Amino acid sequence: MKRDIPIIITFLTGFLCVVAFFIPHPPLGDLQQRFLIWYAIVYGFTMVLGLDSLLKYNIKKITQRKEGWQYSYVLLFGLALVLVTGFQSWFKYGTPFELRSSFMYSYIHIIVPLQATMFALLAFFISSAAYRAFRARTFEATLLLVAAAIVMLGRVPIGKMIWSEIPVISDWLLNIPQLAAKRGIQIGVYLGGVVMSLRIILGIERTYLT
Amino acid sequence: MKVLDWLANIDRRLIFLAIGLAVAIPIIMKLRMPIRISSEVRSAYETIENLPEGSVVLASIDYDATSAPELTPMFRSFLRQCFRKKLKIIYTGHLAIGLPLAQFDLDMVTAECGAVYGEDYINLGYRPGYTAVMIGIGREIRDFFAVDYKGVPVDSFPMMKDIHNYGDMALIVDFAHGTAGEYWIQYVVSRFGVRMFSCVTGVMAPTLYPYLQAGQITGIIGGLQGAAEYEMLVGNPESAAFGMPAQSIAHLLIIAFIVFGNIGYFISRRKK
Repeated sequence: MKRDIPIIITFLTGFLCVVAFFIPHPPLGDLQQRFLIWYAIVYGFTMVLGLDSLLKYNIKKITQRKEGWQYSYVLLFGLALVLVTGFQSWFKYGTPFELRSSFMYSYIHIIVPLQATMFALLAFFISSAAYRAFRARTFEATLLLVAAAIVMLGRVPIGKMIWSEIPVISDWLLNIPQLAAKRGIQIGVYLGGVVMSLRIILGIERTYLT
Repeated sequence: MKVLDWLANIDRRLIFLAIGLAVAIPIIMKLRMPIRISSEVRSAYETIENLPEGSVVLASIDYDATSAPELTPMFRSFLRQCFRKKLKIIYTGHLAIGLPLAQFDLDMVTAECGAVYGEDYINLGYRPGYTAVMIGIGREIRDFFAVDYKGVPVDSFPMMKDIHNYGDMALIVDFAHGTAGEYWIQYVVSRFGVRMFSCVTGVMAPTLYPYLQAGQITGIIGGLQGAAEYEMLVGNPESAAFGMPAQSIAHLLIIAFIVFGNIGYFISRRKK
């Protein structure tokens, strides 16, 4: 019974959504819209679940003095700061997203620079990794290497300055071989997705229940 | 031979320094390079150009600070083009952390173009639900966005009076650094038949080419190059166009490093 009820709910909602895709008229369309609203509400509450999990994990890390426990204090402080400034701005301006609010101040001066810095570091690591790992070991690897170099040059103005045909070859690589491979992979992935969805709706695939 | 050995074993700190300089020097020296306009960017630009005055465009912000250097110039150019064409913009998105960032650009360009909130554009903010929100708007936008980002009922704004679903929108433009662009195509374009083009990061652009060739999207503005092309078309060359020399030299340098690495690899293989 404990497993049967979730399987019945999954079957009914899944079946209804598939039918509503083809027949979006009342009452199917209305029911589907109701389910979508419920989904959005549940989606919102998963953030609370994530918050709970994040708190538990970091508090445990601090109490058990696991490696890097000091950083958990930084995380908890950051979490508290965002929550406090968010609520304070909400009460003061009616929204945390008012540009003069303390929440937006912490967002612009802490969160945005931290995110940008983390991602900017990638340029350095990618360069170093490409230098060390991008080797023409086999014919296929050489082909990939040459194609990557042409696309890298073709996507920037200097490519055309070196040789006017580089952007043309780059466009051809993106529009013909790349696209053919991509399309083949995508068709395979989405056929797999359809099969997995059917297995879940029909109750054959039950691993999500464990 | 010593030079070849050195080239094959360059200290990674030197690589970091070289990349840093390759990016910084062209920006400091304000170098400029000619920008070629690609067909996919021109097509995206013309999609907006061909819309009649007063058409409603939904802009979905699905990026954050990590990809702002690529997507911010696209978003600003998009706003300028839309307001110049007197189009109406619905601003929303599926990345809670990204919406306030793009809001700065929205506020900046709307002030520059004299656009009026609630008449020329509206900020609906973020709602959890992702694909559920995308599909749900197809029936009634108020089921998910009954109020704007400040909690004001959307029905109190004149521009929202006749907007209920995708049937009332002429175009969707997605600004994404992840898979949101694909979800918009799969869940909305193919189902509701609304027109769309994508503004994405350089690494995401190749994933969208099958949709462009199939005619499911009308254009792709990809990476800093795409942003620079779009800025040129709109007539406001800014950070993307000025960033192209830095990116050009950085790409050239990375290719040079790959060549050096391979020279070292073949030398070591021959020695063995």
